[in-house]
Amino acid sequence: MAKLTYAQAINAGIREEMHRDDKLVVLGEDIGKYGGVFGVTRGLFDEFGAARVRDCPLNEAAIVGFGVGLAISGHPAIAELEFMDFLTFCMDPIVNQAAKLRFFWGGQVEVPLVVRMPIASNMGFGTQHSQSLEAWLMHVPGLKIAMPSTPYDAKGLIKSAIRDRNPVVFIENISLYATKAEVPDEEYMVPLGSAEVRRTGDDVTIVALSSMVPLALQAAEQLAAEGISVEVIDPRSLAPLDIDTIVVSVEKTGRAVVSHVAHKTGGVGAEIAQQITERAFDYLDGPVVRVAAKDLPIAASQKLEAEIFPDVGDLVAACKSFAG
Amino acid sequence: MDLTNEKQIEMLRQMWLIRHFEETAISLYREGLYRGSTHPYIGQESTAVGVTAVLRPDDLVLATYRGHGAAIAKGTDPNTMMAELLGKATGLNKGKGGSMHLADHSLGFIGSNAIVSGHIPMAGGIALANQLDGNDVVTVCFFGDGASCEGPFYETLNMATLWNLPLILVVENNEYAISTHVSESISVPDIAMRAQGFGLPGVTVDGRDIYAIVAAAREAAERARRGDGPTLLEAKTVRWSRHSAVAAGGGKDADRWMETDPLPRYEAELEKRGILTADQIAEIEAAAQAAIDAAAQFAIDSADPSIDEIYTDIWAEAAA
Repeated sequence: MAKLTYAQAINAGIREEMHRDDKLVVLGEDIGKYGGVFGVTRGLFDEFGAARVRDCPLNEAAIVGFGVGLAISGHPAIAELEFMDFLTFCMDPIVNQAAKLRFFWGGQVEVPLVVRMPIASNMGFGTQHSQSLEAWLMHVPGLKIAMPSTPYDAKGLIKSAIRDRNPVVFIENISLYATKAEVPDEEYMVPLGSAEVRRTGDDVTIVALSSMVPLALQAAEQLAAEGISVEVIDPRSLAPLDIDTIVVSVEKTGRAVVSHVAHKTGGVGAEIAQQITERAFDYLDGPVVRVAAKDLPIAASQKLEAEIFPDVGDLVAACKSFAG
Repeated sequence: MDLTNEKQIEMLRQMWLIRHFEETAISLYREGLYRGSTHPYIGQESTAVGVTAVLRPDDLVLATYRGHGAAIAKGTDPNTMMAELLGKATGLNKGKGGSMHLADHSLGFIGSNAIVSGHIPMAGGIALANQLDGNDVVTVCFFGDGASCEGPFYETLNMATLWNLPLILVVENNEYAISTHVSESISVPDIAMRAQGFGLPGVTVDGRDIYAIVAAAREAAERARRGDGPTLLEAKTVRWSRHSAVAAGGGKDADRWMETDPLPRYEAELEKRGILTADQIAEIEAAAQAAIDAAAQFAIDSADPSIDEIYTDIWAEAAA
């Protein structure tokens, strides 16, 4: 077992898949010679060459659009956005094209496209580089969405995303890139649509996404000292969403907190909360609580930004908010 | 011009098939046999037919929501096309796509697309895939003057030229984006001039002159096959009809229609060249009308899709 960072784990997964499928193409800004603005694609250019690891101009709509064209032409593609916020430039190729082509062309194509993009919340990047926009994507039929929080899952999920014959949005997190953990040397996959119980507990379930997972584990640790037993679930994928694992947990605990760094209103937490309510209403002691970013533009100042994003204290308070 | 007589006759047959397909599509729409809309290609037949005349069967074509012409020119069956317009189970896309999303990948008609300019980067990616495969397949992307104002067009011009892709971008300048005339929306007299800023050849031809289209398309295709990169080919055409069957108002230049109709112009040329007589031309037109009447009947007689169809063709099998 080697210790890899989250970024290195994604890199290793892509490298393995590029060896496995010589049609696979990677494209994006600064991803080749430079190795990616956060180093995720480091070394791929030297190993696989400029034809398969393609440095692109700054044009996200064309990067993803070209990726769609490659994907439907026998070349599975990985397109990278440097920040998730740049999704605004390429919603058409993702939403109107990649997600829908197979359907409206009556099954004549497969779209094996991965669009990678990192969240950079709570890192001081300011309003236009700190958003978590997965709710826009979860709303779209025809897309799969992976959102790993650990190096192990990052590698296993990127491999599943690449081998999937459908468009997959792969949401990374810059604040997790340096997280280090042991990752098996032998090949493994983490399937899309499979949640992971990160910590077992009996009193409250926290469903946490991406960088909220480590915070949820810290909150659980604090609450354990106070005699509150918290179960932490990491969905790992939003589409398909493994609601069954979440419901089993909530049926046990009767209390649920859903947490993400995206804004609260219209966030995926609302969807998960509603699915919990539909499936496990009779088990709930009270409403599902959301712990999410405030509905405000994100400020650059550390002091201001910290006020916007949820922290361990917010999770602890949410878990304690349930009566009894 | 080294088009065989047989090929030139086939081109006339295709033009009449398109013309009658569109006329019938409009009347079936007005009869209420399908909903949404349809975007007639009437007046522009010479462009799709002329460009595809120089292509090989394995070359690839993408078109817009005004894409019935390109589909027929690439050989798509009018029966299944009309059934698709009517949303029937026998439709090209099983009734899921409709008028604006036709595709027949078995013929290299990658398909039409209803997001203005959304298919242009996709065409770039397809051309890149063929370049990576080391073949000499050419990808052709049709779009309009309206799409030439969208960002993805410019992004693709840059990337396709930078990467020397085997791509022909055919802008059909029919002068109107719904109601907006090119004089109100485009800063240069010829859209092909856009090519200068990106370093690729830009060619403007009279889109009603099918021989001019063929010559320009042939040069662009040869260039692409040689590995010399993309071409921006502008065909100046006139859309005599409204934007779509539901759009308000008529074409402001409808009175120019008779003088700009590419069909009589082409027929006169075929007669002059001694390739067809007036009687033979009339037979071709009548045969095309009969084929389209049969297509309409096929579509009308076809069954609606089963409800189960909405749950299929969304996901491909998870792993290869």
